Amino acid sequence: MNKPVRQALFSALLVWAVAYPIFGLKLAFAGVTLQVHGASASTLGLIAGASVLLFLRVLFAEPLGRLRKGSGKPWVPPRVSNYLTLPSTQRWGLVALVALAFVWPFFGSRGAVDTATLILIYVMLGLGLNIVVGLAGLLDLGYVGFYAVGAYSYALLSHYLGLGFWECLPIAGLLAALFGLLLGFPVLRLRGDYLAIVTLGFGEIIRIFLRNLTSITGGPNGISNIEKPTFFGLSLERRAADGAQTFHQFFGLDYNPAHKVVYLYLIALLLALVALFVINRLLRMPIGRAWEALREDEIACRALGLNPTVIKLSAFTLGAAFAGFAGSFFAARQGLITPESFTFIESAIILAIVVLGGMGSQLGVVLAAIVMILLPELMREFSDYRMLMFGALMVLMMVWRPQGLLPMQRPHLELRQ
Amino acid sequence: MSQNNLLEVSGLSMRFGGLLAVNGVGMAVKEKQVVSMIGPNGAGKTTVFNCLTGFYRPTGGTILLAGEPIQGLPGHTIARKGVVRTFQNVRLFKDMTAVENLLIAQHQHLNTGFFAGLFKTPSFRRSEREAMAYAEHWLERVDLKAFANRPAGTLAYGQQRRLEIARCMMTRPRILMLDEPAAGLNPRETDDLKALIGVLREEYGTTVLLIEHDMKLVMSISDHIVVINQGSPLADGTPEQVRGNPAVIKAYLGEA
Amino acid sequence: MPDTFHYLQQLVNGLTVGSTYALIAIGYTMVYGIIGMINFAHGEVYMVGSYVAFIVLAGLAMLGIHSLPLLMVASFACAIVVTSAYGYSIERVAYRPLRGSNRLIPLISAIGMSIFLQNAVQLSQGSGNWAIPNLLPGNFSFGPGGNQEVMVSYMQVVVFVVTLLAMAGLTLFISRSRMGRACRACAEDMKMANLLGIDTNSVIALTFVIGAALAAVAAVLLSMQYGVINPYAGFLVGLKAFTSAVLGGIGSIPGAMLGGLVLGVAEAFGADVFGDQYKDVVAFGLLVLVLLFRPTGILGRPEIEKV
Repeated sequence: MNKPVRQALFSALLVWAVAYPIFGLKLAFAGVTLQVHGASASTLGLIAGASVLLFLRVLFAEPLGRLRKGSGKPWVPPRVSNYLTLPSTQRWGLVALVALAFVWPFFGSRGAVDTATLILIYVMLGLGLNIVVGLAGLLDLGYVGFYAVGAYSYALLSHYLGLGFWECLPIAGLLAALFGLLLGFPVLRLRGDYLAIVTLGFGEIIRIFLRNLTSITGGPNGISNIEKPTFFGLSLERRAADGAQTFHQFFGLDYNPAHKVVYLYLIALLLALVALFVINRLLRMPIGRAWEALREDEIACRALGLNPTVIKLSAFTLGAAFAGFAGSFFAARQGLITPESFTFIESAIILAIVVLGGMGSQLGVVLAAIVMILLPELMREFSDYRMLMFGALMVLMMVWRPQGLLPMQRPHLELRQ
Repeated sequence: MSQNNLLEVSGLSMRFGGLLAVNGVGMAVKEKQVVSMIGPNGAGKTTVFNCLTGFYRPTGGTILLAGEPIQGLPGHTIARKGVVRTFQNVRLFKDMTAVENLLIAQHQHLNTGFFAGLFKTPSFRRSEREAMAYAEHWLERVDLKAFANRPAGTLAYGQQRRLEIARCMMTRPRILMLDEPAAGLNPRETDDLKALIGVLREEYGTTVLLIEHDMKLVMSISDHIVVINQGSPLADGTPEQVRGNPAVIKAYLGEA
Repeated sequence: MPDTFHYLQQLVNGLTVGSTYALIAIGYTMVYGIIGMINFAHGEVYMVGSYVAFIVLAGLAMLGIHSLPLLMVASFACAIVVTSAYGYSIERVAYRPLRGSNRLIPLISAIGMSIFLQNAVQLSQGSGNWAIPNLLPGNFSFGPGGNQEVMVSYMQVVVFVVTLLAMAGLTLFISRSRMGRACRACAEDMKMANLLGIDTNSVIALTFVIGAALAAVAAVLLSMQYGVINPYAGFLVGLKAFTSAVLGGIGSIPGAMLGGLVLGVAEAFGADVFGDQYKDVVAFGLLVLVLLFRPTGILGRPEIEKV
């Protein structure tokens, strides 16, 4: 048997070894005893099909490779893709998106506006994590921890001290940043992959504490009845708490629950825009350049007098602050938060958004957040497969297009000649 | 200790596990001098550099910069005190343009305030403008102005070497340490390098400490030469003294 | 009333769990030693191993086979074969195409792989717990009795013995066999090994497979001891095992073994002091402390930065 055939057979067998035990057999209880049943014929058919496909793929790897090299034309012409990734194009794209974003909720349905609000939360989170991962090159897998800090800051301050959303928003951001600073300081000296695991651990630790400090955080039940944001002191509920006025009374309107939804959406939009603006400026500031330099060569940075710890810490802290803002808004929107909203999976989704969008690319993150949140909403019947697809997408993106869907060309500083 | 030594190293040693890579090396460098460190491959010259620039924490000995001990300080702190180096295998930020490389090196001199940059205050704009002007000045100096907006990684090898030196000069160093600056350069480029080192000293008052294998270059520009062999000091003196030193000849040519 | 016996009991429990951490940690440490990357999906390999073990046990029980040695041998064999296939596939899909790219990229693809596997198992086998009764009930007990007693269950003895055997086997393989020598050469200097004619691709694949096989052994042992499995177990156990590897000095196989034991014991005593719900915090706290104060771990060699 020659080598390609042997390899192909091996691959086909591998498919069976991987797929059959886990997908071809199913555990089941018969009373209290555990039993195993065969899966449906269609599952077996799928496995067989996959093994045949892989067999052929490996067997004809060489001619296929040649075929691909022969037709090496990219599906987007280079000029178009170059144009799409130019910072100026992306800026105009953003301006158009923003204009649209301000107008449509007044015509959209309540459900759609609500989903859009959720998307904007993820835009904020994605932009914040993009500073840490995309710009500074620090893989932070515990980002959700800072999101949780932001959310709980608002929930607790509102619950115990009766503070409103707008007072708490900066406090939540600052507290999350403080957490970022305290946690980041000891660990940012570590190598990249250690950093990833340690941040993952921190994220889990924060969640474990939230779940177990029951007397303060409400434990697994979390905190409910969190106040919604007010409009310059006007409540958007049907009835305001004593002493306060409601929005619809003040403006002499009929009470309409849609007002609240649109108002929340507009707040989220505003926060996301602020994040976009700040990040855009940062990119053109010395600190933004230093992040990038540090990502490229830490040793050279040190030799030039740049303090790596301070530079990394600034990225980490700023990223955490954005998560804090997003978190406090999330708490306000949901009205109820529990520790289970802040699991590792959430960190993974945010990371997937950054990766899918193209590390460092702002417009990419916005688009990726839309895709990642909207798709599962649109395909409810596939919602079980959501995380499965995220996982597969992360692998495929890294293998085929690690620069993301819409990577950004760096903002070049031109020397006028 | 004489007061006019800018850099004074004594008894420097560096041990990696059981290996004593540097053993009792000393040197004195005066302001505006060009001092070379030579020695066979593997003699520990780069390790000395790494100790001087804070990349390694020396196991023993003292390093005085203008009388102030700097041994064991972290690399970026030493760099901020004015000891800046290049690397044997050029370390540029390859994806960034030449001019951006030069801007990054000016980080410590720039207005890095968060809100200043966020709102583009006049002082922030001025600071950025000045940095740009200084970068442009040095690009001209090293004859790379035409390549200012090219990614540094795409430059030719000799150009990358020059850019790396220019990048060091952005930090306004007191001592510039060059690790084999002539390696891989052709004779003409080596002559340019020699001229450049002269300019650094004459016009910018920079003290230069270099590791180099090109003896013609070393002998022609050095005020003082330190010879290291197997981690230990072998000889030091003026080029003439070193050239005639029998121990040095033996180390380089082996037993006669 | 905590006394010597209580502490001894915690020590026994800690060492049992710790020895399985050690087995899984070897997978992390070997892969790290060779390609310098963390195999983030390793915890999922462990989880798959535990499912295979349960499927085999349930299947044999349906066939009316109840002989314990047979059950054990069969579940070990099947779990090892299947997880080896997983280890190999993970390397082929999520690591090999990305060799030589930025360090973050394979790490992210491995995280994707981990999420994928966890959800795939959850979709096919359900998200709940599966449980089996203890196969080997009973225990040895030492001490005067009452509260003053140290109990070592038969299952714990099995865990110890099998772990020791697996580690001895690995040590022999690494130090004596041709392939083991190739592994060590690659860990030392991959490029040089390649130039000398070692097939580095197969060495890398082999380290993934060995790591997976050891994780399978740990999976069978732990799932038999606890009698409960679910699709999410791999995440936490993987993190613990990684902590063990770092604790012992990543890249060092004896280090991983030692690190696992230390972590197991630390966790047992930590849970005793801070309460069971903070057990994981103890483990992560230990990880952070080690990385801060001795990043090379207990047995790791100091890394000399190449300038």
